[in-house]
Amino acid sequence: MKKKRADNICMMQGNQACARGAMMAGCRFFAGYPITPSSEIAENLALSMPAVGGRFIQMEDEIGAMGAVIGASLTGLKSMTATSGPGFSLKQENIGYAAMAEVPCVVVNVQRGGPSTGMPTFPAQMDVQQARWGSHGDRGVIALSASSAQETFEQTIRAFNLSEKYMMPVILLVDEVVAHSTEKVVLPDPGGIELFNRKQPTESPGEYLPYRETDDGIPVLARFGTGYRYNVTGLCHDETGFPTNNPEKIEKLIRRLTDKIERHRKDITHCHKIMLEDADVAIFAYGSVARSARRAVFLCREAGIKAGLIEPTVLWPFPSDEVLETAEGVKAFVVAEMNLGQMAREVELASKCRVEVHRLNRVDGRLITPQQVVEKVREAL
Amino acid sequence: MFDYLRYIRERNFPHIWCSGCGDGIVLKALIRAVDKLGISRDEMVMVSGIGCSSRTPGYVDINTLHTTHGRAIPFATGVKLANPKLHVIVVTGDGDATAIGGNHYIHAARRNIDLTVLLYNNYIYGMTGGQVSPTTPRGKRASTAPFGNQEPAFNISDLAEAAGASFVARGDVYHAQKLEKLIVKAVQKKGFSVVEILSPCPTAYGRRNRMAHPVKMMEWLRDQTVPVAKWERLSPEEREGKVRTGIIVDVDKVEYTETNDKLIESLKADK
Repeated sequence: MKKKRADNICMMQGNQACARGAMMAGCRFFAGYPITPSSEIAENLALSMPAVGGRFIQMEDEIGAMGAVIGASLTGLKSMTATSGPGFSLKQENIGYAAMAEVPCVVVNVQRGGPSTGMPTFPAQMDVQQARWGSHGDRGVIALSASSAQETFEQTIRAFNLSEKYMMPVILLVDEVVAHSTEKVVLPDPGGIELFNRKQPTESPGEYLPYRETDDGIPVLARFGTGYRYNVTGLCHDETGFPTNNPEKIEKLIRRLTDKIERHRKDITHCHKIMLEDADVAIFAYGSVARSARRAVFLCREAGIKAGLIEPTVLWPFPSDEVLETAEGVKAFVVAEMNLGQMAREVELASKCRVEVHRLNRVDGRLITPQQVVEKVREAL
Repeated sequence: MFDYLRYIRERNFPHIWCSGCGDGIVLKALIRAVDKLGISRDEMVMVSGIGCSSRTPGYVDINTLHTTHGRAIPFATGVKLANPKLHVIVVTGDGDATAIGGNHYIHAARRNIDLTVLLYNNYIYGMTGGQVSPTTPRGKRASTAPFGNQEPAFNISDLAEAAGASFVARGDVYHAQKLEKLIVKAVQKKGFSVVEILSPCPTAYGRRNRMAHPVKMMEWLRDQTVPVAKWERLSPEEREGKVRTGIIVDVDKVEYTETNDKLIESLKADK
């Protein structure tokens, strides 16, 4: 008897996995602009979106794509855009708008080397601080990371869930090599995926206030066209959604934009931890580098060196508690990343100088190898 | 008397516009047009960018979205495509739509998406204090053109026509009744519609260009505008220094969201 092929197991590129994850998360609006190495996300969604009644539009530029995503989200569709470094820079003003007006959406940034046009076809992790501070003004940020096609699929779904739950833009940072590598992905049963859909008002339109104070600090925004007429603005606003110059109300708003993340840190942050219990050296790595780091842990162990790995899958909010806890049990940290130490300084801050933080950086568009990580661990000891 | 209060968010008054500004006249014409159209307020979304005219949504009791500078059209594109049943009106100014947002303006016209763009042209950046804009006539003064504007101006109605808009009209606040009719026609038109609205800014433009008195600016509007029918009979010399008003373009073209709807329907039928 011929064995039935499992159709939930497939080979796909990270970018394809992202598009598939978006579809399964219920994304029904995509606006984008062509840019390497993220274009396959748009191409895949151009193909699959209309068949389920979703909308795909290629806009005239990156800024317009971000604007369209926000407009569509306010009208009730789960919305997404995808880009890379230069486009991520262009989108920043409207990402800030989505944060200020508290509009859920997902922004995928397939990182390439920078600054400027940089290295369109080579991986980098140079946008991790831009994801945190790229748009002007104070606000909380959620940015996820993925190290494989499988994880890109899962993190895309998580990005939608977090954006709908916390009413804000959520960034997914992938690097070029994860986006373009084809590997095995096991797709879950669509019914088995937990999806979060944004709350809708239960009060009557006459009683409705879009930015009314809530227990969890997260506003309830009605979909446009459902009878709840209100105003949305990027200006500082009060609970009505109209601009205000009242210092107390402004202070309250700006603090809440950060606090709504801080108070839900435990629900948002997540790290993979490998062999940290008895480790002398903790490697901190994320994205494609984490895969080399995992291999390095085993190579170290084979050589009798007690290494472990802390791999955050959520870069922002930064896993400060987890890093501090790890710092208390090890002799040194090795932070391996494809930039010049953008997260190493966060590790230094979070570990409160309890241990020395050694940096392993590569900015030539090539991968950090397991051997390089092992060498750095040896240096750290 | 017409009941404006029915459509007004009274809590937000007094408005921010200077005395002599034409934007309040546009607001009234717009409200009368909305009333005439008889569209449910729940099904209308007004999207604006940044500038004096872009503050209009705050005063109108419909769904309103005040966005970033120059980006009202992309936000509106997202709203419209997400729910094509909604009537989406974009309120923007000459700087917002034809300088920083110029790319969106021409591409939305090319796409012929069913948006109604009310483009207030006051020939200047009013909110930021009177800097030169893409529509400031050559030679006119602005805070950043203290010796007179050295650049030629955009004709923003011609720009919309060239880019593919299905409806283009120009009105002005001196002829407020006519303006109201143009807005009604623009909203009714399926496709990308633009109404360029000449609205005076005595504070930032008039004071620098010997028209400090609001009445003087209104007279200037009256004297420079020529209805399209009359315009056709004018020689090139006679047209010098004048602008035509009325409906400039009114053609039927394939509309974008309808095309997209058809694609979705055809794919459903294939299943």
